Amino acid sequence: MAKVTIDGHSIEVPDGTTILQAARMIVDANNYEGANIAPPTMCYYSKLKTSGGYCRTCIVKVTKGSEKDPRPMPKPVASCRTTVMDGMEVVNITSPEVLESRKAVVEFLLINHPLDCPICDQAGECHLQDLGYEHGLAKTRYDFERRTFEKIDIGPYVKLHMTRCIMCFRCIKVADQITDNRFQGMLFRGDASEISTYIEKAIDNDFSGNVIDVCPVGALTDKTFRFKSRVWFAKPMDAHRYCKKCSGKVAIWLKADEVLRVTSRKDKWGEAEEWICNECRFEKKKTSDWIIEGPRHIDRHSVISANHYENLTKLKLDIGKQQKQLADKK
Amino acid sequence: MQLTSRSKVVSNKTMTFKERIYLPAIFSGMMITLSHLFKKKVTIQYPEQTRPVSQIYRGQHTLKRDEIGAERCTACGLCAIACPAEAIIMVAAERKKGEEHLYREEKYAAVYEINMLRCIFCGDCEEACPKEAIFLTDRKVDSDYQRKSFIYGKDILVEGIEPDKRVDVSKRETAAVAEFKTHKEYDHNKVLKRNNK
Repeated sequence: MAKVTIDGHSIEVPDGTTILQAARMIVDANNYEGANIAPPTMCYYSKLKTSGGYCRTCIVKVTKGSEKDPRPMPKPVASCRTTVMDGMEVVNITSPEVLESRKAVVEFLLINHPLDCPICDQAGECHLQDLGYEHGLAKTRYDFERRTFEKIDIGPYVKLHMTRCIMCFRCIKVADQITDNRFQGMLFRGDASEISTYIEKAIDNDFSGNVIDVCPVGALTDKTFRFKSRVWFAKPMDAHRYCKKCSGKVAIWLKADEVLRVTSRKDKWGEAEEWICNECRFEKKKTSDWIIEGPRHIDRHSVISANHYENLTKLKLDIGKQQKQLADKK
Repeated sequence: MQLTSRSKVVSNKTMTFKERIYLPAIFSGMMITLSHLFKKKVTIQYPEQTRPVSQIYRGQHTLKRDEIGAERCTACGLCAIACPAEAIIMVAAERKKGEEHLYREEKYAAVYEINMLRCIFCGDCEEACPKEAIFLTDRKVDSDYQRKSFIYGKDILVEGIEPDKRVDVSKRETAAVAEFKTHKEYDHNKVLKRNNK
């Protein structure tokens, strides 16, 4: 066990835990609403092995290496790849230096990212949008043409917009680990690198649709949902069906009685709770296909929560209780 | 109990002779009416004459086209989410090959409707628009007898392609906006750097 202190919050974690996981444990243990002290992530995904270490958004500063060697680490470190040591002290949001470097990282991520949020289906649930809003500059300092690509068709279900990709490798890890055949990979190197299915082979594995959920930006989007609606006009509902291939537990996005799209349920870190199969995701587009459990909780900071009311009965009960208490006092 | 200081005690006093013959009161009233004939009129003859309207008056909306006549709106939905009266609805569609001269971007609004009865003319849609597509103008919304005719679709809202049918909104631009348009990050809205990727 190792004791680690992040932004003044201490926790005992098993050896081999990364700083990022420890920060998330602190948030979980204390039930923080804002979840601020957990560093943001663009490439790390707790459900994908060997993910993380590419995007550098999760950088933190280690002010005390460990109990045995209390020297601070010279540069900010990627918290998703750095394991904790006993007595380690870490600063994240309390350090202006970390926030400044994170701002620089966001600027680098946005260098080649197009400003097409108005036509991008990911807008409203895009992690890069949130990150840019919270940490980035409102304007660009970049003078050159943004990187562009020839459009590639990677199948009937998934739309690839290579210009929007930030090279997080999450979709490749999904193809590697969740599906049994890897058809997807990174071609070329450095600035010219791009995601592609190998020799433009259509991805037809049953779980290939999960690349849409793991993509932090709008590079991989659902073709069956393309331009159907902005995400904040759709109503997210928890629903399930009895599926032989996957758990069948999904979130469906409704517009009146029409199922606009089906996604996996995302937890508070924006990660899929369970992988779902392509049949559930792309082919079950009727409300009668699903057993609806109830409205899905959306964080109130998200634009999707606009005009969505949940727990109305609970709200009414609470108000009733308060009124009764007031009446009793009199 | 006295409820207000303005209450008056009603008396039933008898009228004087001057009051009883009524004519002086009638003539003094007529004089007031007559004097107004020679004063400046407060009304105007409306359809022929109109009052001056501010250049930034918030009246009927217009959906702008760009320099080559392509619709600027990309159906991003920001006006609809910004609208406090929920007066705007839209349905997006994907631009097909050969329609590049009609729609500026890959996505466009196939249906765009503003319910003019719901609209409160606050101008939030204009402010929310990232593409300079929707503007309020100094035109007034015409009256009508039926509610359904107040749901304005694209046929009314989108300005014409011909130069004489364009709606001039340049006067709505403040000095700050004009200054902002010279910035580099505004380039994506200019015609020369059209990014259709």
